[in-house]
Amino acid sequence: MCLAIPGQILSLPATPEQPGRVNFGGIVKETSLAFVPEAQVGDYVIVHAGFAISRLDEAEAAEALAEFAALAALHADEAELP
Amino acid sequence: MKHLAEYRNPDTAKKLTEHIAALVTRPWTLMEICGGQTHSIMKYGLDRLLPEQVELIHGPGCPVCVTPLECIDKAIAIAQRPEAILCSFGDMLRVPGSERDLLAVKAAGGDVRTVYSPLDAVKTARDHPRRQVVFFAVGFETTAPAAAMAAFQAKREGLANFSLLVSHVRVPPAMEALLGAPNNRVQGFLAAGHVCTVMGYTEYEPLARRYKIPIVVTGFEPVDILSGIHRCLKQLEEGRHEVENEYRRSVRREGNQPAQALLAQVFRVIDRPWRGLGVIPASGLGLSPEYADFDAENRFEVGGVSAPEPAECRSGLVLQGALKPDRCPAFGTRCTPEHPLGATMVSSEGACAAYYRYRHAAHA
Repeated sequence: MCLAIPGQILSLPATPEQPGRVNFGGIVKETSLAFVPEAQVGDYVIVHAGFAISRLDEAEAAEALAEFAALAALHADEAELP
Repeated sequence: MKHLAEYRNPDTAKKLTEHIAALVTRPWTLMEICGGQTHSIMKYGLDRLLPEQVELIHGPGCPVCVTPLECIDKAIAIAQRPEAILCSFGDMLRVPGSERDLLAVKAAGGDVRTVYSPLDAVKTARDHPRRQVVFFAVGFETTAPAAAMAAFQAKREGLANFSLLVSHVRVPPAMEALLGAPNNRVQGFLAAGHVCTVMGYTEYEPLARRYKIPIVVTGFEPVDILSGIHRCLKQLEEGRHEVENEYRRSVRREGNQPAQALLAQVFRVIDRPWRGLGVIPASGLGLSPEYADFDAENRFEVGGVSAPEPAECRSGLVLQGALKPDRCPAFGTRCTPEHPLGATMVSSEGACAAYYRYRHAAHA
């Protein structure tokens, strides 16, 4: 049930009741976008039981990766201490 | 694929584990709540990358595993009715009931169908107006919105031949039950990323304060999990107990509001039994009075079905984090994925199945 792989929206439905099309690394699934009304074509979404439950936030993703990089640099500094 | 490669980067994972090793000064026990996280931990061997003082125990985060036996028996009773089509997620088909599983009912001629989405069950009801179509609605707050949408659509279309056998459960009351148990060993929680994607994390803030326990909302990739562990341990070492959000690319504090609005419309909060944990107050979702007509328990009069848990299966202790799967006497011998004693070995998300797949098989 837990599918943690993000999919990319290929097309939006004509009405919210209909499914959109989401690409999971080459496998395209019909997916309800009813809970992510703000989502646009090209956005990445997390999907559960046929429903997108979040639109991935690119800025937050970039910030988290920057934090990991900063953490690694901090550790490198600590390692150099006598 | 985007949003995966960066979070599976071995160099980043290695740096995080080095940082964790430098941080830890004494023993700590953390629990991950979600079965998806348990599988990532076992698949990537993350527990083996941690310092010896850090123990990961696995929580009740597999929806199939926590579904009580009596609920499986209710589904089986419905599936045996000639007028019924029982639609279920695939994982539920092999979970043993008291006497048989849904797959055996299907083999004996019962109309049991696997669906990817609850909306597939609504379509089945539309396509078979002379049959009674039941969706077996199990799972946490992640899958409940999908079931809610199925009920909402069926009601709007006036589908009189569609109903739901509901066994949805809510995570925060289960976390509180574990924290309040006399054998509790949990000192920090990795909260389930996708439950929080739907519900946000305001419900966890009073828990963190009351039990003085750090709770870190965590994703599913190796770097996510190591980062969640790092944040949790940092709080413990510094004597803090806050809710932090490691999975910010998916989780907002307020969660997914359209999904929550539909949940509030279709369901109401009720007490529910959990396999191995007993009845936990306010831990379940049942249909609201407005949707009472869609309750399969009433429609098929299976509300009175009850069943004791099998004596040899220790799923309950595993789900409480009190027993590691490979310490169970039946593990890998009398209990295997091919011949499971209980749900934690059946479900692809179960802790016993994760240990069997990634540890037992490797040493067999």
